[in-house]
Amino acid sequence: MQTAERVGDGTWVEIRQEVLQPGERAPQVPDDTQRVPLELRARGRLVGGGAPGESVEIETRAGRRLSGTLVDASPAYHHGFGAPVPELSAAADQARTILSDRRAGRTG
Amino acid sequence: MTGGSDYASVVARRDEIVRASVGIDYARYETGTVGFDYERLLAEAGCDLDEVRRIQRGTAVGDTPLVELHNLTELVRAVSIEGRGARLFVKDEAANPSGSFKDRRAALSIHEALRRGRAGVAAATSGNYGAAVASQAAKAGLRCIVVQEAFDSRGVAQPEIEEKTRACEAYGAEVLRLSVGPELFYVFLRVLEETNFFNASLYTPFSIVGIETLGVELVEQVRAAAGRDPDVVVVTHAGGGNVTGTARGLRRAGATATQVVAASVDLAGLHMASDNDFNRKSFTTGHTGFALPFTTWPDRVDVPRNAARPLRYIDRFVTVSQGEVFYATELLAELEGLERGPAGNTSLAAAMALARELPSDAVLVVQETEYTGAGKHPLAQLALAREMGIEIRRGDPRENRPGRAIVIPDHPSGVAVRDVDLDHVRRSYLRHTLEALPAACELGEADVTFLCDETRWDEARVRRELEEVLHDGA
Repeated sequence: MQTAERVGDGTWVEIRQEVLQPGERAPQVPDDTQRVPLELRARGRLVGGGAPGESVEIETRAGRRLSGTLVDASPAYHHGFGAPVPELSAAADQARTILSDRRAGRTG
Repeated sequence: MTGGSDYASVVARRDEIVRASVGIDYARYETGTVGFDYERLLAEAGCDLDEVRRIQRGTAVGDTPLVELHNLTELVRAVSIEGRGARLFVKDEAANPSGSFKDRRAALSIHEALRRGRAGVAAATSGNYGAAVASQAAKAGLRCIVVQEAFDSRGVAQPEIEEKTRACEAYGAEVLRLSVGPELFYVFLRVLEETNFFNASLYTPFSIVGIETLGVELVEQVRAAAGRDPDVVVVTHAGGGNVTGTARGLRRAGATATQVVAASVDLAGLHMASDNDFNRKSFTTGHTGFALPFTTWPDRVDVPRNAARPLRYIDRFVTVSQGEVFYATELLAELEGLERGPAGNTSLAAAMALARELPSDAVLVVQETEYTGAGKHPLAQLALAREMGIEIRRGDPRENRPGRAIVIPDHPSGVAVRDVDLDHVRRSYLRHTLEALPAACELGEADVTFLCDETRWDEARVRRELEEVLHDGA
């Protein structure tokens, strides 16, 4: 859970906006998308400090001022690789065997 | 320019915003109601090949290695009939500064933004192109904003796009990440209007002529390595720029007999604007969810006239399954020592199947690789797929079901392509053309000539097909 501690001026933060509400979505989007808002997240340096959940302003790397709800301070990148997939390594082992058998057959 | 910032008001100003953002008066090139002078648009708005090469070399773009895939070739021959199994080559586009061929497109867009004295560039893209624009903008000292479709309504990011967010931010760009939906374009228009930044669209002439060098280099390198022109070039196909630019480059280099094959990952059954389906695709590009609409209706993009017109250049259009692309990606790493992709390896999976049809002295070129890394990797995609309840197993690739089962081929002989009927695609193109025709407008001679160029059908065939589409629609 987010602590409601104040975040200082100049801290790299993430903000959130709801750009379009469920009733305002484009007519061509399917029902599941119609039912949820269009949400925007942006990162920048906090202007003047604030606490999570408060409406704040940031300055982005492109030099723009954007406002929104403060959701995170020092947002991390969470993407990675995940667990090994045995189906893939087994497929590669099989391919190596096919190759070595073919080469052995040719030379032997 | 003033007006409301609500959805309807901004979208109503679309044409003027876009015109100002790319600085091209597309009306100058119109020859009829639907027709326009495509070659003149590219010639006047783009630059000649030597100039493109000079611009790209200025930022270390292009001149990427052509690598012969000896082990994959041997593997293909092991599952082919005697005398078949073409020599496989790949153009290692991951060697570009930001790790993909998209640097070629971005280099020209940034050059144009500088020429026009803009303070920055903006691009609407969730893919490698965002990183490419951010990288080229960084080198040029321009500010950069990238707008991405990045996460679903639960806040779960597609890992490959999260990696692209990181890459864009690493190059100093502002990244606006959005939840699922085509209204991304509305946000993008507001950015363009507010900043007056150059619209580094994927679909301007600059972006397309930037890829021609890839085709030219490829022919020069194949001639040097194999003493002949490439027999087949396989291109991963999504928005159409890759096919268009590469094929134009092949022609420029004189390789007029080379067959151009477009390859896409089959995502049939998944809706591209669906919040539920967003994280069930396992692919962010190179798939039929882009390739079919962009081929049958190229002008659906963020500029009035798309400079990517793939139907003019595709000789054969095939699809492969998700599992086949992950399989090809694994084999490229483990047999050739090249950890690349996965999305760019769509053409590699197709190539493994197509090579089996060709004689062993034929040359088949996969025309791109892309960098790999955290999130942008088969492991990350398959981990997310498992989380989403998608079954992952070895088996017959024909049992692959997008959103439900990813089937890794149980033998290299199982890798196969499915042909897309190009005549069917052409009819769909004509249907979209007629649907977009303003009321009380008729097609004139210049329009029919244009449609012949677009479909590669003769005039009699175009007229007959138009009649049939009209009749079917009535």
